Amino acid sequence: MANYKDLIASQQGRKGGIIEAFHAIQSEYNYIPQDALREAAKAFGMSEAKAYGVATFYSYLSVEKRGRYIIRMCESAPCHVAGADAVIKAIQNYLGIGIGETTSDGKFTLELTECIGQCQATPVITINSEPVFNVNPEQIPAILSAYK
Amino acid sequence: MEEQRILLEYADQIDPESAADYIKVGGYKGLEKARAMEKKALIDEVKKSGLRGRGGAGFNAGMKWSFVPQDAPVKYVVCNLDEGEPGTYKDRIICEKNAQALLEGMAICGTAIGSEQGYIYCRGEYPTVVKLLRNAIASAKEAGALGEFNIEVRMGAGAYVCGEETALIESIEGHRGEPRFKPPFPGVAGLWAAPTVVNNVETFACLPYIMVKGAEWFAGIGAPKYPGTKVLTLTGDINNPTYFEVPTDYILRDVITKLGGGVKNGKKLKAVQVGGTSGAFIPEQNLDTQIDFDSMGAIGAALGSGAVLVLDETRDIVDTVARITRFFEHESCGKCNPCREGTFRMREMLEKVNEGKGTEKDLENILRLAKVMRKASLCGLGQAAPIPVESTIRHFKYEYMRKLV
Repeated sequence: MANYKDLIASQQGRKGGIIEAFHAIQSEYNYIPQDALREAAKAFGMSEAKAYGVATFYSYLSVEKRGRYIIRMCESAPCHVAGADAVIKAIQNYLGIGIGETTSDGKFTLELTECIGQCQATPVITINSEPVFNVNPEQIPAILSAYK
Repeated sequence: MEEQRILLEYADQIDPESAADYIKVGGYKGLEKARAMEKKALIDEVKKSGLRGRGGAGFNAGMKWSFVPQDAPVKYVVCNLDEGEPGTYKDRIICEKNAQALLEGMAICGTAIGSEQGYIYCRGEYPTVVKLLRNAIASAKEAGALGEFNIEVRMGAGAYVCGEETALIESIEGHRGEPRFKPPFPGVAGLWAAPTVVNNVETFACLPYIMVKGAEWFAGIGAPKYPGTKVLTLTGDINNPTYFEVPTDYILRDVITKLGGGVKNGKKLKAVQVGGTSGAFIPEQNLDTQIDFDSMGAIGAALGSGAVLVLDETRDIVDTVARITRFFEHESCGKCNPCREGTFRMREMLEKVNEGKGTEKDLENILRLAKVMRKASLCGLGQAAPIPVESTIRHFKYEYMRKLV
């Protein structure tokens, strides 16, 4: 796993690039550890409080530890009318966790998201940002068991 | 009436990342022409084409550029690829099919306003598009197609409000994506306080074709006051849920029946929501309307991003709108009171009605709150949030009435 200091340094040339640095950290850690946040704040000349304000403003950034695979269920109107609620329930039942929670083995985190722009094939979920199209509740066990 | 493909003419026939492929089908000729022109003449040509912003506000693009002071030492060209409007994915399609046209369009804008630095702000939901664009920029740079003009891609992180141009600028600067007070407008003081033009992907992608074929050619396509084509994305209860590029005088009913193949499962249509989740719901009797900006405005709707959500006769309007109010509560950035508190209370009242606990007094309060939000919110998010609520109370009041206590 890449050191967060290197990840931050790789983005330091970008003016105002703290969000890019957060993305780089998350691509390795799936969340922004507190030490990394502190380091990023320093690198971009920002107070830690300000950097925390940025990290917690955006729904794709997280300062809480998350699982290896982040499942996001779209619940915007096109997915809603296509049956998103039933898919959410199926995921919750299969994993035994609620929204915003992580399975005890640290594998999956379940989040809700707004439209992800794949409305040609609703309802849609993403797993680590990879979209899975036309999901129905019966398919959930097969889809999720493929992630080791 | 058929599709008319300009931006998407070579979709799936060329590699969107490859400048060489794009050049083979006539690409970068528009930039060449733009560079040979005086700045003022170039801006006038864009003005004359009648090209208006494709992100939703419909502002004349050439006019927007003309506000940029020519003598400022540093200026920026920013592309808004933060399409977060639910049901919209046209900018993703334009990038996936014709990314080089976007880059060329940005460079044309750079030539017109005297800027050498562009930014593309791509929503965090599209990591593959970010990658595609970075490769496309590298390819264009390698081919020497962009000259001195540089483009950097920045990725957002899941905030709908960053589609608002000043919030987007804040986000590129590495801040919370909260809208700024206007004026000053970005054309005068935008990114890092320098004059900045922010346009939508589709707006930029029209420019190469305007330059090559001329302003008059473009002005002659579709509706005279909002000329050109528009890429639409069709979702919901429709047989053919995909994207289309049509002239702007295309009729909404034809979008649904001809391109969309009609309502799914042979059902009847109840409502169409155009322009994404912030758009108005349009009843069946208003479908014989052109999709252009002004015609949609005349029936109390908006073309917006070009998303078209179709709901069949079995759909529960109040339930759908209640869901939409949750969206706005979630996406409100919290900076201004009317939006932060308004989206919260709106969701609360809509859920109450949806659960069968509402009264006529609630409907009155909903409409009163809607008016306050429209007039007092700082940015388009809070101003548009009540539109789906108001338009459904106007056109589908019986759906609300039957759920009241």
